Amino acid sequence: MSTAEGLTAAPGPASAHQADQAPFARVGRGAVRAWWRLLASELSLVFRRWRNLALLAVVAVLPAILGIALRLATPRGGGGPNAFLIDQLAGNGVFLAFIALTIMLALVLPLTVAVVSGDSVAGEAGSGTLRYLLAVPAGRTRLLGVKYVAVVIFGLAACVIVAGVSLALGAALFPVGPVTLLSGTTVPLADGLLRLLFVTLYVAAAMAALGAIGLAVSTFTEHSIAAIAAVLVLAVASEVADNIPQFGAVHPYLPTHWWLSFDSLLRSPIATWDLLHGLLSFGVYAVIFCAIAWARFTSADVTA
Amino acid sequence: MSAARRDSEEADRPAAGGERRRGPASGVTVTHAGPSVANGSPNGDAPAISPLGAAPTRGETGAAVTTHGLTKRFRGGQVAVDGLDMVVPRGSVYGFLGPNGSGKTTTIRMLLGLVYPTSGSHELLGTAMPAGAARVLPRVGSLVEGPAFYSQLSGRGNLARIDAADRAADPRTAGDRISTALERVGLLAAAKKHYRAYSLGMKQRLAIAASLLQPRELVVLDEPTNGLDPQGTREVRALVREIARDGTTVLVSSHLLAEVEQICTHVGVMRTGRLVFQGPLDELRARGAARIQVRTPAARQAAEILTELGLEDVQASDGEASAQLGDEAPERVCRELVLGGVPVAGLDTPRPSLEDLFVGLTGEGFDVDG
Repeated sequence: MSTAEGLTAAPGPASAHQADQAPFARVGRGAVRAWWRLLASELSLVFRRWRNLALLAVVAVLPAILGIALRLATPRGGGGPNAFLIDQLAGNGVFLAFIALTIMLALVLPLTVAVVSGDSVAGEAGSGTLRYLLAVPAGRTRLLGVKYVAVVIFGLAACVIVAGVSLALGAALFPVGPVTLLSGTTVPLADGLLRLLFVTLYVAAAMAALGAIGLAVSTFTEHSIAAIAAVLVLAVASEVADNIPQFGAVHPYLPTHWWLSFDSLLRSPIATWDLLHGLLSFGVYAVIFCAIAWARFTSADVTA
Repeated sequence: MSAARRDSEEADRPAAGGERRRGPASGVTVTHAGPSVANGSPNGDAPAISPLGAAPTRGETGAAVTTHGLTKRFRGGQVAVDGLDMVVPRGSVYGFLGPNGSGKTTTIRMLLGLVYPTSGSHELLGTAMPAGAARVLPRVGSLVEGPAFYSQLSGRGNLARIDAADRAADPRTAGDRISTALERVGLLAAAKKHYRAYSLGMKQRLAIAASLLQPRELVVLDEPTNGLDPQGTREVRALVREIARDGTTVLVSSHLLAEVEQICTHVGVMRTGRLVFQGPLDELRARGAARIQVRTPAARQAAEILTELGLEDVQASDGEASAQLGDEAPERVCRELVLGGVPVAGLDTPRPSLEDLFVGLTGEGFDVDG
């Protein structure tokens, strides 16, 4: 009996397995296409909201105002933290992009990412659309993944806009030429622009880490304003703590500590160690908070 | 055509359902726990299972929704749903009734996998939930607790968003399917209007359209008539009838029996988280035991005779005596009364209306017990 069963049963799983291969491959491709479709839908939702567009407009206008102000007032760095950059600006418009990224990183870029990430899940929960998406079913993990990718793309877009607008305006208002680095060496313009690209990507990575925190917070509430405020408070508190020497021991672990380490890219040779340290910090924050978001979102009751 | 397709799916599903090495007899009880299989029957099991496909789709195996002791206790300790054993037969229009706050919406949220039960389990279309959500929910359309959409998008834009979230949806046919769904609910003319400009009735209809983007085997409508005027209510009823006409099972909840009474084949009645009645609507109707009412100046004497006849719940008031009629024939009761010397001025055997039965089951008005 058992032998007979074993004999008849044995080919079963094998042939079933073979038969399943083709459909699975098809399902796999279909799933990838469907994932892109959902991402496209999410992006069009994020990038068409007037609130988000207004944020991007602010992100575009502020560097422009900064550039004009620096052009009108003779750029003199004085003793401020950005003294070197501002001193350089007079001779090279490219530096406007570095100055703009540094200044926007203090509040406006984190604000932009906080709004979009804090709203990502909480906004859908608050308006009730989340229950419709999940009943479709969009899949909780899948939806969360798409949401996070959209947040990262939005943060990247904000960084690119800051860099792009300030670079264009810097070129229009100031002379452009070979770039003198913080370490005193002068590199060709193309090299300088490449460094600007890496700086922009580095800042976008920092924003992606903040976006993960926002995504996690967003899964705990139905009120997007609460989530947005929480992320902002966290970012500002971290920046404040980073400036208090007594907290020196925790500084390297603060989410904002490595944000400005992109100045390593403006040295020759590049201080790779600092950069990697920063990227590692962003990666760890992103992984931890995406995991928190996932754990919460896949187990929570959707009652809104 | 669609019926034939459904039949063949029915025949396939058990073959896919993990039932491989057993005989046809035991196969009858297997309805779930199988892996999703898109192909037919890989190793010629289909003949062994075929009796299932031919078997009537009513009853335990063919149920569109089955719950086993489904319970939800919220964090505050409040028990919203308490040991629910619900069976929605395939092809039925199941009226899920109960006052506001009796646990209907929580139940529906659990059915759809939005809320996780504290204990108990359930199956949709024979597939265990929430584990099988990705497989079974594409065949289930739903409207949960009122419409909720993106106010900045048009009606069409909203349906496109919902459709984009569906892994199983074919993007090439999305435009056509959205148009068809909008047309079915009469919103095609308002398709480009912003959602925020929709009236409440239009919002409800858009939510129903969202549940009709794909061919469905089960449609769950939670309070689809909530907040609608009588005209809108009638439209929704007509829509439900139309959905049910081609064999789709419809689970429709309402706190008003009158709104769904005309379209339901089955009802389940909730009261404070428990199912107090479930079955065909006719069964509920038959449950309403008739009383016998005797108008007479000698009410006390009449009551004595009614008691002697063995009738229950005898009551006597000024000028009238009444009792539960039970199996007694009213003409015999009348003769006994007359023979007993009771002057019978009038005799009636009223049955409680469905509404009375419903209220009897759920409690009067703002009855918040528990």
